[in-house]
Amino acid sequence: MNVKEELLEILEELHPDIDFAEEEQLIDDKLLDSFDVVTLVTEIGSAFDVELTAADMVPENFNSVDAMVAMIERMMED
Amino acid sequence: MLFTSYAFIGFVLVLLVLYYAVPRRFQKLILFVGNVCFYVMSGWTNLIFMGITILSTYGAARWIGNNIDAQKAYVKAHKEELSREEKKAYKAKEKKKRKLIAALAVILNVALLALVKFPNRIFLFLMPMGISFYTLMSLGYLLDVYWEKQKPEKSLFRFALFVSFFPQLVQGPISRFKDLSESLYAEHALDWKNIYYGFVRVLWGFFKKLVIADRLSVVIATISGDFDTYNGAYIFLEMFLYTIQLYADFSGGIDITIGVAQMLGVEMAENFIRPYFSKSLKEYWRRWHITMSTWFRDYLFYPISITKTMQNFSKFLRAHFGDYIGKRLPVYVASFIVWFVTGIWHGTTSNFIVWGLVNYVILMISEELEPAYAAFHEKCIPAEAKGWRVFMVLRTFTMLCFLKLFDCYQSAGEVFRAYGSAFTFAKLDELVHGGWLQLGMSLADYVVVAIGSVVILTVSLIQRPESVRDQLSRKPFALQAGVVMALFLVTLIFGAYGMGYDASQFIYNRF
Repeated sequence: MNVKEELLEILEELHPDIDFAEEEQLIDDKLLDSFDVVTLVTEIGSAFDVELTAADMVPENFNSVDAMVAMIERMMED
Repeated sequence: MLFTSYAFIGFVLVLLVLYYAVPRRFQKLILFVGNVCFYVMSGWTNLIFMGITILSTYGAARWIGNNIDAQKAYVKAHKEELSREEKKAYKAKEKKKRKLIAALAVILNVALLALVKFPNRIFLFLMPMGISFYTLMSLGYLLDVYWEKQKPEKSLFRFALFVSFFPQLVQGPISRFKDLSESLYAEHALDWKNIYYGFVRVLWGFFKKLVIADRLSVVIATISGDFDTYNGAYIFLEMFLYTIQLYADFSGGIDITIGVAQMLGVEMAENFIRPYFSKSLKEYWRRWHITMSTWFRDYLFYPISITKTMQNFSKFLRAHFGDYIGKRLPVYVASFIVWFVTGIWHGTTSNFIVWGLVNYVILMISEELEPAYAAFHEKCIPAEAKGWRVFMVLRTFTMLCFLKLFDCYQSAGEVFRAYGSAFTFAKLDELVHGGWLQLGMSLADYVVVAIGSVVILTVSLIQRPESVRDQLSRKPFALQAGVVMALFLVTLIFGAYGMGYDASQFIYNRF
């Protein structure tokens, strides 16, 4: 399973009501709140063995699945 | 030096003349000398505190920056030889060193702040001006460097200029290095638009401070200073007037700060977006003292929320108590810490600590009631209905009046005693039959405050699509000059000066 597929699985479990493949303003449109983001950090950390810092907690990193994938891949490369 | 003193006006005028008269490469030097002069006037010893903060955060950030560069160079040079695990272990080892240096600098600066904030014998009378603000600014910068969001500033002089920039030392805003540094370090040609816009903004700040805030300060001091005489219904009057005073005082001060900076060509972050039009406490905290709330969010709330301990706590809760608790409780724990610290940052007495916790409790209850609100709006009144929105604004304003009373007394006990007394409605007769005129303000003063408040309210409404200065700049010159002159004269004539009034410091200066 690639990063995107695995991430989509996590997101769909977190919020089955959101069409993550289509949404591009998850934070700006308030579809994800701070509770979701903090939970996501835990899930992403466990699933991909990366460590997010407070500096990563910006809307641009969580607004869409692609943005999250880019962030995770960036961290995996580091 | 008070913003509202002749000395300050003279100081800014001399600084502006020198700033634009010297060759542009010397502007930063002039500004730095100005910062030092401004700060020295509040006490020589204060320079020691600021010096320690500047040197420690500058030094730590430089060390961290060098370490990051060295780490990158090492990994690049040994790309082929190192396995992924070896690279990871090396980076973890280096990160640990950086963490130690950052932690030492943070501890040193927080200890300095605590030393002057907590009542003690040695530093009893020492409260370096602006220490609460420049400490947060410096630590924010250091953490940004640690998180690799910000390259460290190489020049100690330039970094010292950022920390000591004088307009922000009185009561903030809490500037971010990335936002302030670009325009602060740039060379500026004399731009009349900046001078004019800055001057009007300063004038507007003086109007709020001198015509409204300082006039009201007498009433607030009278009521809060003598609870035995002024209790019962007087407390309601105090809450209401203090809520107006605090906004006029704090936002007026920020207007002066931003206006002076603009005259120097420096752009500063806004600290208010019409906060008293908020429909909830949550929205209010996005619109009031914005630089403080975003600082606590970025440098305290998120770092706590995503620590390994908190992540493990979240996992444990989800496994044992379900997703709902597992998602919410860690965030509530982090929020609790943030509000506790926010309370202490304002003051170490019980009134400020309880104020922080009351804010926390209201915000958490609102959060938990979200689904109930949503159901209510779906079945009863739509959230967008105009009448409902007006009701929510008035409700939030009323809540703020109660919350702000925590500023007026020395302990939480006194505040709760005042609440209790207010709801007995004692002395209501006395208050309405002339009592309100015995508090240090005449009928004419109340009229001035009322008209002044309506002017602020009107300006707030007008500026929603675009700043009033931008709107005004498109009007005929005579009208522009008339408005500015009227503002100047009103401030000059109705400003609270002379007998009965002392030039008073800004309320937020004591934080």
